[in-house]
Amino acid sequence: MLTPARLRQLWVCLALGVLAAVVTGPGGDSAHPFRALRRSVVDPRIGIFIGLAVGLWVLLIAVARLRPLLAEVTAAARARRPVAAALGGPHATTGLNAVLLAAAIVAPLLVSTAAQQSMVNDIGIYALLALGLNVVVGYAGLLDLGYIAFFAIGAYVTAYFSSSSAMPWHAPFVINPFFVFPIALLIAALAGVILGAPTLRLRGDYLAIVTLGFGEIIQLLANNSDEVTNGSRGVFGVPHLSVDLPGIHYRWGIDPLPYYYLLLGIVVVVMIAFGRLERSRIGRAWAAIREDEIAAEATGVPTLRMKLLAFAIGASVSGFAGVLLATKQFFNPQSFSLQSSFLVVAIVIFGGMGSRLGAVTGAVVLQGLAFYLRDKVPPTDRYIYFGAVIVVMMIFRPQGLVPSRRRRREIELAGTTAGASDQLGAAPIGRTIT
Amino acid sequence: MPPRGRASRKGHRMSAVAAAGPADAGVPGGTPSDLVLEARDLTLRFGGVTSLDGVSLRQRRGEILAVIGPNGAGKTSLFNCFTGAYRPQQGSVTFWRTSRRPARIVGRSPHAITHLGIARTFQNIRLFPALSALENVQIGTEVRQRYGSLSAVLGLPGARRQERAGVSRAFELLDLVGLSRRAHDLASSLSHGEQRRLEIARALGTGPRLLLLDEPAAGTNPAEKRALEALIRRIAGGGVSVLLIEHDMRLVMSVATTVVVLNFGRVIAHGTPAQVQRDPAVVEAYLGVETGVDAGGEVR
Ligand SMILES: Nc1ncnc2c1ncn2[C@@H]1O[C@H](COP(=O)(O)OP(=O)(O)OP(=O)(O)O)[C@@H](O)[C@H]1O
Ligand SMILES: [Mg+2]
Repeated sequence: MLTPARLRQLWVCLALGVLAAVVTGPGGDSAHPFRALRRSVVDPRIGIFIGLAVGLWVLLIAVARLRPLLAEVTAAARARRPVAAALGGPHATTGLNAVLLAAAIVAPLLVSTAAQQSMVNDIGIYALLALGLNVVVGYAGLLDLGYIAFFAIGAYVTAYFSSSSAMPWHAPFVINPFFVFPIALLIAALAGVILGAPTLRLRGDYLAIVTLGFGEIIQLLANNSDEVTNGSRGVFGVPHLSVDLPGIHYRWGIDPLPYYYLLLGIVVVVMIAFGRLERSRIGRAWAAIREDEIAAEATGVPTLRMKLLAFAIGASVSGFAGVLLATKQFFNPQSFSLQSSFLVVAIVIFGGMGSRLGAVTGAVVLQGLAFYLRDKVPPTDRYIYFGAVIVVMMIFRPQGLVPSRRRRREIELAGTTAGASDQLGAAPIGRTIT
Repeated sequence: MPPRGRASRKGHRMSAVAAAGPADAGVPGGTPSDLVLEARDLTLRFGGVTSLDGVSLRQRRGEILAVIGPNGAGKTSLFNCFTGAYRPQQGSVTFWRTSRRPARIVGRSPHAITHLGIARTFQNIRLFPALSALENVQIGTEVRQRYGSLSAVLGLPGARRQERAGVSRAFELLDLVGLSRRAHDLASSLSHGEQRRLEIARALGTGPRLLLLDEPAAGTNPAEKRALEALIRRIAGGGVSVLLIEHDMRLVMSVATTVVVLNFGRVIAHGTPAQVQRDPAVVEAYLGVETGVDAGGEVR
């Protein structure tokens, strides 16, 4: 059955396919601007992309067909065992979480060391960053494009406190990186408050621009102050993490596995903590702000303070992740580029705003894709694939990979009613209140 | 907007205030007051538009005060000044949470005013549409709770206890407005009348001493209107003063103790429902629909 809507969907898929073929095809040169275009469209390679596009289209139809069927099965299962509420019940959720955790524990044992390294540096740390940004973007509905700055602050604070040789500028005493965690957390949170206090009064888009500027400023500061941060040469030689307690001595080293498990533990703890936060009065206040800021204020929610809290919590997670980055021995201002900032935002949106599992899954999928593409395409092309994946996702599944229940409902409502929840906390600027 | 003489405006204002009880009772200070709210000389302009022009009014504790007036008279603007959503260019608003504690309202943020004890509903319903009815009310009941993010994360007993208290209070309020069976439904899935009642429950959740209702009967059916009347009486009976904007004259005349009539941002009459109904200025303001005033129809 080819309804006009389905046909339109096919056209969108085909257009995306051709676009992907063109952007991944041979490069052009200024003398023959259209040669590359011609070559990538006429080349038999285009068949692969058209095939992929049609495949995507068929998949979309299949999913649409299967969904009511699945709902029926679920409903039937529920009806049969009403008490245990079979699928989707709390037991099923616990079971699913256990399976996912087991998979996360086993996964690094099955891959190469290079992949393990990437699971730490790219997936683990970015999952943590995404979890923190999810509080800001997903819970409080604030678009923060300079989030990576707090990551930088965490990393440089670690270098300052835990090594006398990594940077020209260092503390008069050296402390174990483990004890830098709380310091970095506090300093990053403080930076979040200092940035947030004047700027959180701004709405939506303005906040995004100001935070973007902040991120750039921090990166430029790090890059240009050679006598303080070593500038673009980067910071080398922050000691590895180590525990020296009576009875327990452990040093993390070059081997990525111990780092992986440490990160996994931290990610799980942060997920549990933020889950509780989301279900508390704090989380409900954030939801209220996201859905209707004026009504939230009128209901007694101190909106500015709650936004600041979200900002500070997000920043502190970012700072925390910065410590881990620093103890991985080397980082330079490039690690805090605008691209990294966008990457974290992309992970959160791709995974599903407001969803903790989504943030982690987003990091796994997007960063996994980046790792997979590493040797297959030129590094300059990598973000093209990234972009394509995200564009496809936003067209066909705007709520993200693993959407949170609340967010999904908001997006559904935004499609049918005048709800303004799809605009990342932006409220109307001229506010006539009736 | 037809031009009006300054003198006549002043005259009306004075008479409105004079009708409202002892002249010295509203002065902020240590003296106990039987007032819950007093507005003096409120003026609010938007560029060339003057939505409030020297409005003064007083409300006694426990009183159900109705504000009526034609469309665009400035009723909602008045509410917005009382709740901190708008800041008037001139005038003052004083609120007594208890008879001994006056608080100035102008200049405070909306959430601070809610904490003081003034809650409101909106003319164009503003619920949290993707949250359940229960969560909507919970957000109200939780604003006075004190536990922070750390106790929430650690699940400390105090936080859990407060959370349970907030939920049970929210259920009580849903019961009061007759929505306990829809507690777990999304706010957006409720009918128009139910949404209006849910807004009232949410406002009551914040523990107000003064409740501002902006056209709570708009768009509801006759049965719902009767239920609303009973609900307003119950709320006032429970010690919460009610300030009501309403176009439905039958509801206003039966439920209000006192009525204030606004027109073009000025108070043109003030008194008991019967007095106001007879006032020639009011009849003139509603010219062309004067039958609506005493026939009990919807005056719009
Ligand atoms: N934010 C604003 N910006 C500009 N003008 C405004 C604003 N808010 C209110 N007004 C103007 O103030 C006047 C009074 O409006 P208000 O909403 O208070 O009337 P109302 O008595 O509540 O009317 P209704 O019965 O239609 O609700 C109107 O002329 C309106 O256009
Ligand atoms: Mg109005």
